Amino acid sequence: MLLEAKNLRAAYGETRVLHGLDFAIEKGSITALLGANGAGKTTTLRALCAMVRTEGEIRFDGASLAGLRTEDIVRRGVAHVPDGRGTFLHLTTEENLRLGAYARRDRGEVEADVERMFGYFPRLRERRAQQAGTLSGGEQQMLAVSRALMLRPKLMLLDEPSFGLAPLLVRELFSILSEIRDREGVSMMLVEQNAAMALDLADRAYLIETGRVVLQGSSQQLKSNDSVRRSYLGY
Amino acid sequence: MEALLHQVMAGLATGGIYASLALALVMIYQATHLVNFAQGEMAMFSTYLAWSLLEAGLPYWAVFALAVVISFLLGILIERIVVRPVENAPVLAVVTVFIALLVILNSLAGWIYTYTIKPFPSPFPAGLALGGFMSPHEVGAICVTLLVLVALYVFFRFTPLGLAMRAAAQNPASARLVGIRVGWMLALGWGLAAAVGAVAGMMVAPIVYLDPNMMSGILLYAFAAALVGGIDSPMGAVIGGFAVGVLENLLGAYLIGNELKLSVALVIIVGVLLVKPSGFFGKVQVTRV
Repeated sequence: MLLEAKNLRAAYGETRVLHGLDFAIEKGSITALLGANGAGKTTTLRALCAMVRTEGEIRFDGASLAGLRTEDIVRRGVAHVPDGRGTFLHLTTEENLRLGAYARRDRGEVEADVERMFGYFPRLRERRAQQAGTLSGGEQQMLAVSRALMLRPKLMLLDEPSFGLAPLLVRELFSILSEIRDREGVSMMLVEQNAAMALDLADRAYLIETGRVVLQGSSQQLKSNDSVRRSYLGY
Repeated sequence: MEALLHQVMAGLATGGIYASLALALVMIYQATHLVNFAQGEMAMFSTYLAWSLLEAGLPYWAVFALAVVISFLLGILIERIVVRPVENAPVLAVVTVFIALLVILNSLAGWIYTYTIKPFPSPFPAGLALGGFMSPHEVGAICVTLLVLVALYVFFRFTPLGLAMRAAAQNPASARLVGIRVGWMLALGWGLAAAVGAVAGMMVAPIVYLDPNMMSGILLYAFAAALVGGIDSPMGAVIGGFAVGVLENLLGAYLIGNELKLSVALVIIVGVLLVKPSGFFGKVQVTRV
Protein backbone atom coordinates (compact mmCIF):
# COMPACT_ATOMS: atom_id res chain seq x y z
CA MET A 1 0.00 0.00 0.00
CA LEU A 2 1.28 3.45 -0.90
CA LEU A 3 -0.99 5.23 1.52
CA GLU A 4 -3.09 4.08 4.42
CA ALA A 5 -5.42 6.27 6.43
CA LYS A 6 -6.87 5.04 9.70
CA ASN A 7 -9.60 6.72 11.68
CA LEU A 8 -9.00 9.97 9.80
CA ARG A 9 -10.86 12.89 11.34
CA ALA A 10 -10.83 16.53 10.35
CA ALA A 11 -12.59 19.71 11.39
CA TYR A 12 -12.92 23.32 10.32
CA GLY A 13 -12.94 25.15 13.63
CA GLU A 14 -15.72 23.51 15.64
CA THR A 15 -17.33 21.84 12.68
CA ARG A 16 -16.34 18.21 12.28
CA VAL A 17 -16.34 17.13 8.66
CA LEU A 18 -14.62 13.74 8.71
CA HIS A 19 -15.69 11.27 11.40
CA GLY A 20 -13.10 8.54 11.13
CA LEU A 21 -12.34 7.41 7.59
CA ASP A 22 -10.36 4.28 6.79
CA PHE A 23 -9.00 3.87 3.31
CA ALA A 24 -5.95 2.81 1.38
CA ILE A 25 -4.36 3.66 -1.94
CA GLU A 26 -2.55 0.91 -3.77
CA LYS A 27 0.70 1.64 -5.55
CA GLY A 28 0.23 2.39 -9.22
CA SER A 29 -3.54 2.49 -9.06
CA ILE A 30 -6.27 5.09 -9.30
CA THR A 31 -8.62 5.27 -6.34
CA ALA A 32 -11.85 7.20 -6.67
CA LEU A 33 -13.55 8.97 -3.81
CA LEU A 34 -17.22 9.38 -4.51
CA GLY A 35 -20.00 11.09 -2.64
CA ALA A 36 -22.54 13.87 -2.74
CA ASN A 37 -21.86 17.54 -2.09
CA GLY A 38 -20.67 18.09 1.46
CA ALA A 39 -19.79 14.44 2.05
CA GLY A 40 -16.20 15.39 2.86
CA LYS A 41 -14.37 14.50 -0.36
CA THR A 42 -12.40 17.72 -0.71
CA THR A 43 -11.68 17.73 3.02
CA THR A 44 -10.27 14.20 2.76
CA LEU A 45 -7.76 15.35 0.14
CA ARG A 46 -6.93 18.41 2.23
CA ALA A 47 -6.44 16.24 5.30
CA LEU A 48 -3.92 14.10 3.40
CA CYS A 49 -1.68 17.09 2.89
CA ALA A 50 -2.26 18.89 6.18
CA MET A 51 -4.29 21.76 4.76
CA VAL A 52 -6.85 21.28 7.52
CA ARG A 53 -6.61 20.34 11.20
CA THR A 54 -6.46 16.56 11.22
CA GLU A 55 -6.41 13.67 13.67
CA GLY A 56 -5.90 10.01 13.03
CA GLU A 57 -3.15 8.11 11.33
CA ILE A 58 -1.84 8.55 7.80
CA ARG A 59 1.02 6.37 6.60
CA PHE A 60 2.56 7.26 3.26
CA ASP A 61 5.30 5.25 1.61
CA GLY A 62 6.17 3.52 4.86
CA ALA A 63 6.30 6.57 7.13
CA SER A 64 3.77 8.49 9.19
CA LEU A 65 2.75 11.94 7.97
CA ALA A 66 1.71 13.06 11.45
CA GLY A 67 2.88 16.56 12.36
CA LEU A 68 4.30 17.35 8.94
CA ARG A 69 3.46 20.61 7.23
CA THR A 70 1.97 20.84 3.75
CA GLU A 71 5.32 21.81 2.21
CA ASP A 72 7.03 18.77 3.72
CA ILE A 73 4.33 16.36 2.62
CA VAL A 74 4.66 17.73 -0.91
CA ARG A 75 8.40 17.15 -0.70
CA ARG A 76 7.74 13.49 0.06
CA GLY A 77 6.00 13.13 -3.27
CA VAL A 78 2.34 14.05 -2.81
CA ALA A 79 1.09 16.42 -5.50
CA HIS A 80 -2.30 18.03 -5.04
CA VAL A 81 -4.46 19.44 -7.82
CA PRO A 82 -6.71 21.46 -5.56
CA ASP A 83 -10.29 22.50 -5.69
CA GLY A 84 -10.32 25.58 -7.97
CA ARG A 85 -7.11 24.43 -9.70
CA GLY A 86 -4.72 26.64 -7.71
CA THR A 87 -3.24 28.26 -10.79
CA PHE A 88 -0.76 31.11 -10.34
CA LEU A 89 -2.88 33.38 -12.49
CA HIS A 90 -0.35 36.18 -12.98
CA LEU A 91 2.56 33.97 -13.90
CA THR A 92 3.07 32.43 -17.32
CA THR A 93 2.15 28.89 -18.22
CA GLU A 94 5.79 27.88 -18.25
CA GLU A 95 6.48 29.52 -14.89
CA ASN A 96 3.54 27.60 -13.44
CA LEU A 97 5.08 24.37 -14.71
CA ARG A 98 8.51 25.21 -13.35
CA LEU A 99 7.01 25.94 -9.95
CA GLY A 100 5.61 22.43 -9.93
CA ALA A 101 9.17 21.14 -9.91
CA TYR A 102 10.29 23.57 -7.18
CA ALA A 103 10.63 20.89 -4.49
CA ARG A 104 12.73 18.60 -6.70
CA ARG A 105 16.47 18.37 -6.38
CA ASP A 106 17.26 17.35 -9.95
CA ARG A 107 16.96 20.82 -11.47
CA GLY A 108 18.71 19.65 -14.62
CA GLU A 109 15.80 17.47 -15.71
CA VAL A 110 13.13 20.10 -15.26
CA GLU A 111 13.55 21.34 -18.82
CA ALA A 112 12.91 17.89 -20.25
CA ASP A 113 9.85 17.45 -18.04
CA VAL A 114 8.35 20.72 -19.23
CA GLU A 115 8.65 19.34 -22.76
CA ARG A 116 7.13 16.06 -21.62
CA MET A 117 4.08 17.94 -20.30
CA PHE A 118 3.76 19.75 -23.62
CA GLY A 119 3.78 16.27 -25.16
CA TYR A 120 0.74 15.26 -23.09
CA PHE A 121 -0.99 18.62 -23.51
CA PRO A 122 0.11 20.28 -26.77
CA ARG A 123 -2.27 23.18 -26.17
CA LEU A 124 -0.08 24.30 -23.28
CA ARG A 125 2.90 24.65 -25.57
CA GLU A 126 1.03 27.28 -27.59
CA ARG A 127 0.22 29.11 -24.34
CA ARG A 128 3.75 28.79 -23.01
CA ALA A 129 4.54 32.48 -22.47
CA GLN A 130 0.96 33.55 -21.79
CA GLN A 131 -0.31 34.68 -18.38
CA ALA A 132 -2.04 31.64 -16.92
CA GLY A 133 -5.06 33.72 -15.94
CA THR A 134 -5.91 34.18 -19.61
CA LEU A 135 -6.12 30.45 -20.29
CA SER A 136 -9.49 28.81 -20.77
CA GLY A 137 -10.92 26.63 -18.02
CA GLY A 138 -9.89 23.46 -19.80
CA GLU A 139 -6.38 24.70 -20.42
CA GLN A 140 -6.06 25.73 -16.79
CA GLN A 141 -7.12 22.27 -15.69
CA MET A 142 -4.50 20.72 -17.95
CA LEU A 143 -1.98 23.16 -16.51
CA ALA A 144 -2.96 22.18 -12.97
CA VAL A 145 -2.51 18.48 -13.71
CA SER A 146 0.81 19.14 -15.47
CA ARG A 147 2.03 21.32 -12.60
CA ALA A 148 1.31 18.47 -10.19
CA LEU A 149 3.10 15.98 -12.45
CA MET A 150 6.16 18.23 -12.60
CA LEU A 151 6.85 17.16 -9.02
CA ARG A 152 7.28 13.58 -10.32
CA PRO A 153 4.94 12.60 -7.53
CA LYS A 154 4.38 9.17 -6.09
CA LEU A 155 0.80 10.13 -5.39
CA MET A 156 -1.36 12.68 -7.14
CA LEU A 157 -4.52 13.99 -5.48
CA LEU A 158 -7.08 15.29 -7.96
CA ASP A 159 -9.99 17.38 -6.74
CA GLU A 160 -12.81 17.37 -9.32
CA PRO A 161 -10.64 17.61 -12.43
CA SER A 162 -13.80 17.45 -14.55
CA PHE A 163 -15.32 20.54 -12.93
CA GLY A 164 -16.48 23.08 -15.50
CA LEU A 165 -15.12 21.17 -18.48
CA ALA A 166 -17.01 20.17 -21.61
CA PRO A 167 -17.70 16.40 -21.71
CA LEU A 168 -15.32 15.92 -24.62
CA LEU A 169 -12.50 17.57 -22.70
CA VAL A 170 -13.22 15.48 -19.63
CA ARG A 171 -12.90 12.34 -21.72
CA GLU A 172 -9.59 13.54 -23.15
CA LEU A 173 -8.25 14.47 -19.72
CA PHE A 174 -9.28 11.15 -18.19
CA SER A 175 -7.66 9.16 -20.97
CA ILE A 176 -4.42 11.07 -20.43
CA LEU A 177 -4.65 10.38 -16.69
CA SER A 178 -4.96 6.66 -17.29
CA GLU A 179 -2.05 6.83 -19.73
CA ILE A 180 0.05 8.55 -17.06
CA ARG A 181 -0.82 5.86 -14.52
CA ASP A 182 0.10 3.08 -16.93
CA ARG A 183 3.23 4.67 -18.30
CA GLU A 184 4.70 6.36 -15.24
CA GLY A 185 3.15 4.39 -12.43
CA VAL A 186 1.80 7.49 -10.68
CA SER A 187 -0.82 6.54 -8.10
CA MET A 188 -3.81 8.81 -7.92
CA MET A 189 -6.72 9.62 -5.68
CA LEU A 190 -9.56 11.12 -7.62
CA VAL A 191 -12.45 13.05 -6.11
CA GLU A 192 -15.38 13.28 -8.46
CA GLN A 193 -19.04 14.13 -8.62
CA ASN A 194 -19.17 12.60 -12.05
CA ALA A 195 -19.33 9.08 -10.64
CA ALA A 196 -19.79 7.26 -13.94
CA MET A 197 -16.62 8.64 -15.49
CA ALA A 198 -14.66 8.28 -12.28
CA LEU A 199 -15.59 4.60 -11.98
CA ASP A 200 -14.57 4.00 -15.59
CA LEU A 201 -11.12 5.39 -14.84
CA ALA A 202 -10.51 4.14 -11.31
CA ASP A 203 -9.37 0.73 -10.16
CA ARG A 204 -10.94 0.98 -6.73
CA ALA A 205 -13.45 3.31 -5.19
CA TYR A 206 -14.76 4.50 -1.87
CA LEU A 207 -18.18 5.98 -1.35
CA ILE A 208 -18.45 8.41 1.52
CA GLU A 209 -21.49 9.99 3.12
CA THR A 210 -21.30 12.72 5.78
CA GLY A 211 -17.69 12.01 6.62
CA ARG A 212 -17.85 8.20 6.77
CA VAL A 213 -17.02 5.43 4.32
CA VAL A 214 -20.24 3.64 3.49
CA LEU A 215 -19.07 1.43 0.66
CA GLN A 216 -15.79 0.30 -0.84
CA GLY A 217 -14.57 -2.12 -3.43
CA SER A 218 -13.33 -2.43 -6.97
CA SER A 219 -14.83 -0.05 -9.48
CA GLN A 220 -16.71 -2.98 -11.01
CA GLN A 221 -18.26 -3.87 -7.68
CA LEU A 222 -19.40 -0.32 -7.06
CA LYS A 223 -20.76 0.04 -10.56
CA SER A 224 -22.94 -2.99 -10.10
CA ASN A 225 -24.11 -2.01 -6.63
CA ASP A 226 -27.80 -1.18 -6.78
CA SER A 227 -27.82 1.79 -4.43
CA VAL A 228 -24.77 3.33 -6.08
CA ARG A 229 -26.47 2.92 -9.44
CA ARG A 230 -29.65 4.59 -8.28
CA SER A 231 -28.09 7.43 -6.27
CA TYR A 232 -24.92 8.26 -8.16
CA LEU A 233 -25.07 6.81 -11.64
CA GLY A 234 -28.70 7.62 -12.32
CA TYR A 235 -29.95 4.49 -14.07
CA MET B 1 19.18 76.60 -20.44
CA GLU B 2 22.25 75.48 -18.59
CA ALA B 3 20.57 76.19 -15.27
CA LEU B 4 17.61 74.08 -16.36
CA LEU B 5 19.91 71.22 -17.30
CA HIS B 6 21.56 71.58 -13.93
CA GLN B 7 18.24 71.23 -12.18
CA VAL B 8 17.28 68.20 -14.25
CA MET B 9 20.58 66.49 -13.53
CA ALA B 10 20.37 67.22 -9.81
CA GLY B 11 16.83 65.87 -9.92
CA LEU B 12 18.02 62.67 -11.54
CA ALA B 13 20.63 62.27 -8.83
CA THR B 14 18.18 62.57 -5.94
CA GLY B 15 15.68 60.62 -8.02
CA GLY B 16 18.07 57.69 -7.98
CA ILE B 17 17.84 57.64 -4.20
CA TYR B 18 14.05 57.80 -4.25
CA ALA B 19 14.14 55.03 -6.81
CA SER B 20 16.09 52.61 -4.63
CA LEU B 21 13.95 53.26 -1.58
CA ALA B 22 10.81 52.96 -3.70
CA LEU B 23 12.20 49.68 -4.96
CA ALA B 24 12.50 48.43 -1.39
CA LEU B 25 8.89 49.46 -0.72
CA VAL B 26 7.70 47.65 -3.83
CA MET B 27 9.56 44.49 -2.85
CA ILE B 28 7.82 44.22 0.49
CA TYR B 29 4.53 45.20 -1.08
CA GLN B 30 4.86 42.47 -3.67
CA ALA B 31 5.66 39.87 -1.05
CA THR B 32 3.09 40.85 1.56
CA HIS B 33 0.70 43.42 0.05
CA LEU B 34 1.69 45.78 2.83
CA VAL B 35 3.47 49.12 2.66
CA ASN B 36 6.35 49.24 5.10
CA PHE B 37 6.34 52.66 6.73
CA ALA B 38 9.56 51.85 8.57
CA GLN B 39 11.49 51.31 5.33
CA GLY B 40 13.22 54.69 5.57
CA GLU B 41 14.25 54.22 9.19
CA MET B 42 15.55 50.74 8.42
CA ALA B 43 17.73 52.28 5.70
CA MET B 44 18.86 55.01 8.10
CA PHE B 45 19.82 52.44 10.71
CA SER B 46 21.77 50.42 8.14
CA THR B 47 23.66 53.56 7.20
CA TYR B 48 24.59 54.11 10.85
CA LEU B 49 25.86 50.56 11.03
CA ALA B 50 27.98 51.27 7.96
CA TRP B 51 29.26 54.42 9.66
CA SER B 52 30.29 52.41 12.73
CA LEU B 53 32.17 49.95 10.53
CA LEU B 54 33.91 52.81 8.74
CA GLU B 55 34.88 54.31 12.09
CA ALA B 56 36.38 50.93 12.97
CA GLY B 57 38.73 51.46 10.06
CA LEU B 58 37.41 49.05 7.43
CA PRO B 59 37.78 50.05 3.76
CA TYR B 60 34.67 51.52 2.08
CA TRP B 61 33.63 48.70 -0.23
CA ALA B 62 34.11 46.08 2.48
CA VAL B 63 31.84 48.19 4.67
CA PHE B 64 29.36 48.50 1.80
CA ALA B 65 29.19 44.72 1.36
CA LEU B 66 29.03 44.06 5.10
CA ALA B 67 26.29 46.64 5.63
CA VAL B 68 24.21 45.06 2.86
CA VAL B 69 24.62 41.57 4.31
CA ILE B 70 23.94 42.66 7.91
CA SER B 71 20.88 44.62 6.80
CA PHE B 72 19.64 41.58 4.90
CA LEU B 73 19.89 39.49 8.06
CA LEU B 74 18.32 42.22 10.21
CA GLY B 75 15.44 42.46 7.72
CA ILE B 76 14.82 38.75 8.09
CA LEU B 77 15.02 39.07 11.87
CA ILE B 78 12.51 41.95 11.90
CA GLU B 79 10.09 39.89 9.82
CA ARG B 80 10.46 36.87 12.09
CA ILE B 81 10.16 38.75 15.38
CA VAL B 82 8.00 41.79 14.71
CA VAL B 83 5.94 41.15 11.59
CA ARG B 84 5.25 37.40 11.83
CA PRO B 85 3.11 37.67 14.99
CA VAL B 86 0.69 40.06 13.26
CA GLU B 87 0.58 38.06 10.03
CA ASN B 88 -3.15 37.50 10.21
CA ALA B 89 -4.05 40.65 12.09
CA PRO B 90 -6.22 43.36 10.51
CA VAL B 91 -4.38 45.88 8.31
CA LEU B 92 -4.68 48.64 10.89
CA ALA B 93 -2.82 46.56 13.48
CA VAL B 94 -0.04 45.88 11.00
CA VAL B 95 0.25 49.56 10.11
CA THR B 96 0.52 50.34 13.81
CA VAL B 97 3.35 47.84 14.10
CA PHE B 98 5.14 49.43 11.15
CA ILE B 99 4.83 52.89 12.65
CA ALA B 100 6.02 51.61 16.02
CA LEU B 101 9.00 50.11 14.23
CA LEU B 102 9.66 53.47 12.60
CA VAL B 103 9.63 55.31 15.94
CA ILE B 104 11.67 52.64 17.72
CA LEU B 105 14.40 52.57 15.06
CA ASN B 106 14.51 56.35 14.98
CA SER B 107 14.87 56.64 18.76
CA LEU B 108 17.31 53.77 18.92
CA ALA B 109 19.57 55.47 16.39
CA GLY B 110 19.30 58.74 18.30
CA TRP B 111 20.09 56.99 21.57
CA ILE B 112 23.10 55.09 20.25
CA TYR B 113 24.54 57.66 17.86
CA THR B 114 23.03 60.95 19.20
CA TYR B 115 21.14 63.39 17.02
CA THR B 116 24.29 65.26 16.01
CA ILE B 117 24.59 65.38 12.23
CA LYS B 118 27.56 63.41 10.92
CA PRO B 119 29.26 63.45 7.54
CA PHE B 120 29.28 60.21 5.55
CA PRO B 121 31.93 59.53 2.91
CA SER B 122 31.30 58.84 -0.74
CA PRO B 123 33.26 56.08 -2.48
CA PHE B 124 33.50 58.23 -5.59
CA PRO B 125 36.12 60.97 -6.11
CA ALA B 126 35.32 64.62 -5.47
CA GLY B 127 35.07 67.16 -8.26
CA LEU B 128 32.74 67.36 -11.23
CA ALA B 129 31.70 64.90 -13.88
CA LEU B 130 29.49 64.94 -16.98
CA GLY B 131 30.63 68.38 -18.14
CA GLY B 132 30.11 69.90 -14.73
CA PHE B 133 26.45 68.99 -14.44
CA MET B 134 26.78 66.28 -11.85
CA SER B 135 29.18 65.31 -9.14
CA PRO B 136 30.91 61.94 -9.50
CA HIS B 137 28.96 60.83 -6.45
CA GLU B 138 25.67 61.59 -8.12
CA VAL B 139 26.68 59.72 -11.26
CA GLY B 140 27.94 56.84 -9.10
CA ALA B 141 24.72 56.74 -7.07
CA ILE B 142 22.62 56.52 -10.22
CA CYS B 143 24.79 53.70 -11.56
CA VAL B 144 24.54 51.80 -8.27
CA THR B 145 20.76 52.18 -8.28
CA LEU B 146 20.52 50.85 -11.82
CA LEU B 147 22.81 47.95 -10.96
CA VAL B 148 20.60 47.03 -8.03
CA LEU B 149 17.56 47.14 -10.27
CA VAL B 150 19.14 44.88 -12.88
CA ALA B 151 20.31 42.43 -10.21
CA LEU B 152 16.83 42.25 -8.71
CA TYR B 153 15.24 41.85 -12.12
CA VAL B 154 17.54 38.96 -12.99
CA PHE B 155 16.94 37.37 -9.59
CA PHE B 156 13.14 37.52 -9.78
CA ARG B 157 12.88 36.71 -13.44
CA PHE B 158 15.42 33.95 -13.95
CA THR B 159 16.12 32.08 -10.71
CA PRO B 160 13.92 29.37 -9.18
CA LEU B 161 14.06 31.14 -5.81
CA GLY B 162 12.93 34.41 -7.36
CA LEU B 163 10.07 32.62 -9.08
CA ALA B 164 9.13 30.94 -5.80
CA MET B 165 9.05 34.32 -4.05
CA ARG B 166 6.71 35.71 -6.68
CA ALA B 167 4.51 32.63 -6.43
CA ALA B 168 4.38 32.79 -2.63
CA ALA B 169 3.32 36.44 -2.80
CA GLN B 170 0.59 35.77 -5.34
CA ASN B 171 -0.97 32.63 -4.07
CA PRO B 172 0.34 31.33 -0.74
CA ALA B 173 -1.96 28.30 -0.64
CA SER B 174 -0.88 27.05 -4.05
CA ALA B 175 2.73 27.89 -3.28
CA ARG B 176 2.62 25.52 -0.29
CA LEU B 177 1.19 22.85 -2.56
CA VAL B 178 4.28 22.93 -4.76
CA GLY B 179 6.51 22.72 -1.68
CA ILE B 180 7.46 26.37 -1.24
CA ARG B 181 8.10 27.42 2.36
CA VAL B 182 5.96 30.53 2.17
CA GLY B 183 6.95 31.95 5.56
CA TRP B 184 10.59 31.97 4.58
CA MET B 185 9.83 33.63 1.26
CA LEU B 186 8.24 36.55 3.12
CA ALA B 187 11.23 36.79 5.45
CA LEU B 188 13.51 36.71 2.43
CA GLY B 189 11.50 39.56 0.88
CA TRP B 190 12.06 41.63 4.01
CA GLY B 191 15.74 40.79 3.95
CA LEU B 192 16.09 41.88 0.33
CA ALA B 193 14.17 45.09 0.95
CA ALA B 194 16.37 45.91 3.92
CA ALA B 195 19.47 45.26 1.82
CA VAL B 196 18.21 47.52 -0.99
CA GLY B 197 17.35 50.14 1.65
CA ALA B 198 20.89 49.94 3.01
CA VAL B 199 22.27 50.71 -0.44
CA ALA B 200 19.91 53.67 -0.73
CA GLY B 201 20.94 54.94 2.69
CA MET B 202 24.65 54.76 1.94
CA MET B 203 24.15 56.54 -1.38
CA VAL B 204 22.03 59.34 0.06
CA ALA B 205 24.01 59.94 3.27
CA PRO B 206 26.93 61.80 1.58
CA ILE B 207 24.34 64.24 0.18
CA VAL B 208 21.97 64.79 3.10
CA TYR B 209 24.40 63.84 5.90
CA LEU B 210 23.81 61.26 8.55
CA ASP B 211 21.20 61.89 11.20
CA PRO B 212 18.32 59.84 12.58
CA ASN B 213 15.76 61.89 10.65
CA MET B 214 17.59 61.83 7.34
CA MET B 215 15.03 59.54 5.68
CA SER B 216 11.73 61.12 6.70
CA GLY B 217 11.46 63.40 3.67
CA ILE B 218 13.03 60.88 1.35
CA LEU B 219 10.56 58.18 2.34
CA LEU B 220 7.71 60.47 1.36
CA TYR B 221 9.22 60.95 -2.10
CA ALA B 222 9.81 57.22 -2.31
CA PHE B 223 6.11 56.63 -1.62
CA ALA B 224 5.25 59.09 -4.36
CA ALA B 225 7.70 57.35 -6.70
CA ALA B 226 6.33 53.89 -5.94
CA LEU B 227 2.78 55.09 -6.53
CA VAL B 228 3.62 56.86 -9.79
CA GLY B 229 5.28 53.73 -11.09
CA GLY B 230 2.64 51.40 -9.71
CA ILE B 231 3.16 49.91 -6.28
CA ASP B 232 3.59 46.40 -7.71
CA SER B 233 6.11 47.24 -10.43
CA PRO B 234 9.86 47.33 -9.58
CA MET B 235 10.61 48.87 -12.96
CA GLY B 236 7.90 51.47 -12.40
CA ALA B 237 9.31 52.30 -8.98
CA VAL B 238 12.68 53.16 -10.49
CA ILE B 239 11.27 55.23 -13.33
CA GLY B 240 8.89 56.86 -10.86
CA GLY B 241 11.83 57.64 -8.58
CA PHE B 242 13.73 59.50 -11.30
CA ALA B 243 10.57 61.28 -12.46
CA VAL B 244 9.70 62.45 -8.97
CA GLY B 245 13.28 63.61 -8.39
CA VAL B 246 13.31 65.73 -11.53
CA LEU B 247 9.81 67.09 -11.00
CA GLU B 248 10.55 67.99 -7.40
CA ASN B 249 13.71 69.82 -8.38
CA LEU B 250 12.17 71.74 -11.28
CA LEU B 251 9.11 72.79 -9.30
CA GLY B 252 11.33 73.75 -6.38
CA ALA B 253 13.61 75.87 -8.58
CA TYR B 254 11.11 77.58 -10.86
CA LEU B 255 7.65 77.46 -9.39
CA ILE B 256 7.13 77.03 -5.70
CA GLY B 257 10.51 77.46 -4.06
CA ASN B 258 12.42 75.10 -1.86
CA GLU B 259 10.23 75.55 1.21
CA LEU B 260 7.23 73.87 -0.40
CA LYS B 261 9.16 71.11 -2.14
CA LEU B 262 8.02 68.35 0.17
CA SER B 263 4.39 69.11 -0.57
CA VAL B 264 5.12 68.10 -4.16
CA ALA B 265 5.37 64.55 -2.90
CA LEU B 266 1.99 64.78 -1.21
CA VAL B 267 0.39 66.33 -4.29
CA ILE B 268 1.79 63.49 -6.40
CA ILE B 269 0.57 60.84 -3.96
CA VAL B 270 -2.96 62.22 -3.82
CA GLY B 271 -2.97 62.94 -7.56
CA VAL B 272 -1.95 59.44 -8.58
CA LEU B 273 -4.39 57.81 -6.17
CA LEU B 274 -7.21 59.91 -7.59
CA VAL B 275 -6.42 59.68 -11.29
CA LYS B 276 -4.55 56.43 -11.86
CA PRO B 277 -4.47 54.27 -8.72
CA SER B 278 -2.54 51.46 -10.42
CA GLY B 279 0.28 53.85 -11.40
CA PHE B 280 1.79 54.12 -14.85
CA PHE B 281 3.51 50.74 -14.88
CA GLY B 282 1.36 48.83 -12.40
CA LYS B 283 -0.09 45.58 -13.63
CA VAL B 284 -3.71 45.78 -14.58
CA GLN B 285 -4.53 42.25 -13.66
CA VAL B 286 -6.17 40.14 -16.30
CA THR B 287 -8.36 37.30 -15.19
CA ARG B 288 -10.78 35.21 -17.12
CA VAL B 289 -14.10 34.90 -15.36
